[in-house]
Amino acid sequence: MIVVSTETVPGYRITEVKGIVQGNTVRAKHVGRDIAAGFKNLVGGELKGYTELLTEARREALERMLSQASELGANAVVNLRFATSMISAGAAEMMAYGTAVVMVQE
Amino acid sequence: MEELELLIYFSGFIFLFLLGLIVGGRNEKNHLKKLDIEEKELEDIHCSDIKSFPEGVKPGSTITAVSAQVVIANDYFKTLAGSLRNIFGGEVKSYELLIRRGRREAVVRLKKEARELGLDTICNIRFETSNISNGAEVLVYGTAYERNT
Repeated sequence: MIVVSTETVPGYRITEVKGIVQGNTVRAKHVGRDIAAGFKNLVGGELKGYTELLTEARREALERMLSQASELGANAVVNLRFATSMISAGAAEMMAYGTAVVMVQE
Repeated sequence: MEELELLIYFSGFIFLFLLGLIVGGRNEKNHLKKLDIEEKELEDIHCSDIKSFPEGVKPGSTITAVSAQVVIANDYFKTLAGSLRNIFGGEVKSYELLIRRGRREAVVRLKKEARELGLDTICNIRFETSNISNGAEVLVYGTAYERNT
């Protein structure tokens, strides 16, 4: 499956639009990471635990989007976008969306 | 006696303040130095936020979405300086620098991911920022490919 953040792919022609596909996940961090992050808030720097957490969340969201696309019978997702938001104090939402299309090589 | 009590009362606060100022300052300086080196090293990977593919795509090149992210936090001293700013208003320099650092780090990681895939150009780059427990989360993504030059 081709996944791009652009509207078109050079060398390919979109023959059919299957519609918008999206995948999202809400992740909460656990207490251990919270404490570690609390220490990091004193000296500054990267919060590695949170970075890992959100990287996992991003992969998950992307995966869900892709499975939706393949269910629709698409072979590519174009115009991919990500959006993040804080749902509550301890949880973050990661959402990936794009347009599922059928492409053929020119 | 009263002064001693006061000192004990404030010692934890002063300790954290100094810890933030010294260790945080050193961390930041090291990080900026590391960023300078890595950015120079990754100079040959071209980036743009143009929607179509600038510089052409090499025939047979893989075209794929790449993304990277980083969560970064301010130190205690800067958090305090930032909240002081909240009273008087104006430019919050400490947070400005923090987010800029986060963005640079995220772009460096994005370029590294493209290089790992054997690709040398990234177009249609987008930034997404949100705040997370006193820090900032930066997500950056784009489309990587091999240019035709």
